[in-house]
Amino acid sequence: MTIRPFRLTLLGLSLLIPLALAAVVLFLLSFSWQAIGYSGFSFITHEFFNMGGIDGDPVTVRGVSVPAGADYGILVFILGTILTSGIAILIAVPLSVGAAIFLAESIPDKFRPVLSMLVELVAVVPSVVFGLWGVAVLVPFIGNILGPAISHTLGFISVLGGGDSGGGYGLLAASVVLALMITPIIATTLLDALLQVPKENRESAFALGATHFEVVTKAMMPMVRTTLIGGIVLALGRALGETMAVLMVSGGGSNAMPSSIFSPVATIASFIVSQLDSAESDPTNMAVRALAEMALVLFIITLVTNAGAKVLSSGVLNNVRNRKH
Amino acid sequence: MSATASTETARAAKPVRSAQEVRRIVTSKIGWIACGLALILVIGPLIDIVWVVTYNGVSAFSPTLFTSSTPPTGVGLWNAIEGTIVISILAMAIAVPVGIGAGIYLSEYGNNKLGNTIRFLSDVLTGTPSIVLGYFSYICLVGALGWGLAAPAGAVTIAILVIPYLARITELALRQVPNTMREAAFALGAKEPTVVFKIILPSAASGVVTGALLALAISVGETAPLIYTAGFSNYPVDATAPIHSLLHNQIGYLTYVIWSFIEQPDATSHALAFAAAFLVMLFVLLINIGVRLAVKRTKFV
Repeated sequence: MTIRPFRLTLLGLSLLIPLALAAVVLFLLSFSWQAIGYSGFSFITHEFFNMGGIDGDPVTVRGVSVPAGADYGILVFILGTILTSGIAILIAVPLSVGAAIFLAESIPDKFRPVLSMLVELVAVVPSVVFGLWGVAVLVPFIGNILGPAISHTLGFISVLGGGDSGGGYGLLAASVVLALMITPIIATTLLDALLQVPKENRESAFALGATHFEVVTKAMMPMVRTTLIGGIVLALGRALGETMAVLMVSGGGSNAMPSSIFSPVATIASFIVSQLDSAESDPTNMAVRALAEMALVLFIITLVTNAGAKVLSSGVLNNVRNRKH
Repeated sequence: MSATASTETARAAKPVRSAQEVRRIVTSKIGWIACGLALILVIGPLIDIVWVVTYNGVSAFSPTLFTSSTPPTGVGLWNAIEGTIVISILAMAIAVPVGIGAGIYLSEYGNNKLGNTIRFLSDVLTGTPSIVLGYFSYICLVGALGWGLAAPAGAVTIAILVIPYLARITELALRQVPNTMREAAFALGAKEPTVVFKIILPSAASGVVTGALLALAISVGETAPLIYTAGFSNYPVDATAPIHSLLHNQIGYLTYVIWSFIEQPDATSHALAFAAAFLVMLFVLLINIGVRLAVKRTKFV
């Protein structure tokens, strides 16, 4: 085998990608090792994150030095992450499905590129600009108009505010901003799939006397279902790790279980950014290690989600199904 | 004759529309209206964001934005603009050679198990939340390696973030170059570097440049990976200090101004946040619109 310096150089450059990924995982793992040992499973089962008395003398527990009373539990942030992303998906799916269907079937070919470009552009607006818009427009809207309206009419349901709609910052604001950010991912995935449905399938549905809308919902949508679900899971992966926009509109309610859609929430990502400053003042460094463990948990959650999206969109499931029949 | 026949059947068919048919037609109409509303609700916020940020950003605009720095140093954005430029240039200096090199490898020599593994891990890195990368840099570069909060740590983090994108876009662009061109070049006796740099890269130049521009747009718009790697400074880069001071001091950037100044109580800070958002958004949108108009409907990401 001959040595090809040119190929080897390029291979070296491309190996930097897996190397970077490995470095990220290994550094987070080794840095948070003590925190993992200290907290064990209580890290994901205990509700609240308590840095302990970081101003007092540290105590030694199970061989590691920690601030007295430190108890690192992140259940509340796992819940916050799942709730914000879950509600965002509930809002984004109908919006993006409707938008994609309208773009694919109702818009003349001449205008489709312009409108689909506008949808794609939503995806490139920086997260922090979404957050700014959330603070300037969405939060006052929820706080002054939408919130009071919901809690007046449906206030008897406790998750809808129970009569108290807060100031606008909170779970609903975070979910709406996230929904807007992930809509283009779902919409463009679905739009591409709809445009690829064979003409014969549409025409045979028309020939059976279906209305145009029935052609779309009953003949075309079932064909692109797997792609749609893949797009939704991909969008979920994006929403779970989103930081700045959520941080800016969620009300920064660390350490409190959200009780209604107007409660302040914190996600794993937003909590890491908001707490690193105070964690740095922990003389034992354990709080910073616990935050590293949170980053690791977030990495695992998004990894599993994205792997799910990949399996769905690669059509592995389709092939399995086809083989059975 | 057939035309009259069909109009007659149409006229005859009209009165016998059953209740079920009417229901189906009404459902369809409602469905289309709902879909149209959904499209408006998707595009509407984008237009509102552009409008709100432009309106507030333009009303906060003044020449002092470019001459003085953020409060308490002054009432401008110069330190942040300068910092964003420094961080982005450093990040691109790392990311462009690595990303394009990796893309060339994946396209030209990566049709094997190793190539597939790199591609897969590159996708994993793309899906990693930016705050996770930022935290890695905070403990590794800023802490363990002792770089401190400064432009290099921020730039490396941004580079890690955009390299997978750049590699993927480069690969897709190079794969569109027809194989006959490679064969023709090899048949003339060209060596591999000559084929890549003289034949393939020039033919795929528009795609590769697109990738680099999109990566630049991402790097200008990022916040979370920079907060604990680049830090922030209200002072512009000291032009009289030796160049290495640039690499050891905290540095400002526009996205930080957007995030932290909108949370201040005073109107001046809000105006600066909007002005910074306007600059960032203008840059990001112009790059993306320009790229999309130049390269018609090529799906890269």
